[in-house]
Amino acid sequence: MSDSLVFHFDVDGDNFTSAGQASTQVKKNLRQLGLSPAIIRRVSIAMYEGEINMVIHANGGTADVVVTEEYIEIILADTGPGIKNVEQAMQEGFSTATDSIRSLGFGAGMGLPNMKRYTDSLDIDTVVGEGTTITMRVNLG
Amino acid sequence: MKISTIRDLLNAEVLCCEDGLEHDVYSACGSDMMSDVLAYVKDQAVLLTGLVNPQVIRTAEMMDMVCIVFVRSKRPSEAMISMAEDDGIVMMASDMRMYDACGTLYTHGLIGTAVHV
Repeated sequence: MSDSLVFHFDVDGDNFTSAGQASTQVKKNLRQLGLSPAIIRRVSIAMYEGEINMVIHANGGTADVVVTEEYIEIILADTGPGIKNVEQAMQEGFSTATDSIRSLGFGAGMGLPNMKRYTDSLDIDTVVGEGTTITMRVNLG
Repeated sequence: MKISTIRDLLNAEVLCCEDGLEHDVYSACGSDMMSDVLAYVKDQAVLLTGLVNPQVIRTAEMMDMVCIVFVRSKRPSEAMISMAEDDGIVMMASDMRMYDACGTLYTHGLIGTAVHV
């Protein structure tokens, strides 16, 4: 679509402190576009959870956000270890995160379920040993 | 409940954004797990936590929260205070434990909203 906007970010996998910076910037960008606070919140939370996951599990990756008149699409791609059992990973409370990650406030097994909860569609393309690409879409209007 | 009332009830020290103290808030949540906060919050304005790292500020920002209370005498870094200032989030610190702080606010009318979106 010629009217779409694309925001691209590299997510640093070595720095937990900076995790979430891309989501913060996207939230600001969407505000400037005048989208409703409810839509902005859903997009921001879903992307933030995904960004945190990339830092925790996959040593970072890339995040692309596409804004069209009909929807906002978030594409998170990494070259991490992949997800062995997607069905299991989608269950609330299931997590492979370490205790050190839990001590930072994440790894409660809510990341993927939250991403699904706040978006209209969630697609997970993962290959063990090669990486994961997650595509989420929030419909507008 | 005004944020200034939260400060008084919890005997808390305000660390930044004092100009937001007269803001009215209607619900709160308490957790050290940010993913739980992200799962359950719906128009909750106040976060009580014993967790101290920058992701607390980011979580509050994502949820459009307006106030963070650190319990158990936890103190945020200057960098965290600066982040909260940029976001206009009132940040304060209390010596009370999580259970006592949440119970105090709840009994004074600041409820939770355990609703999945």
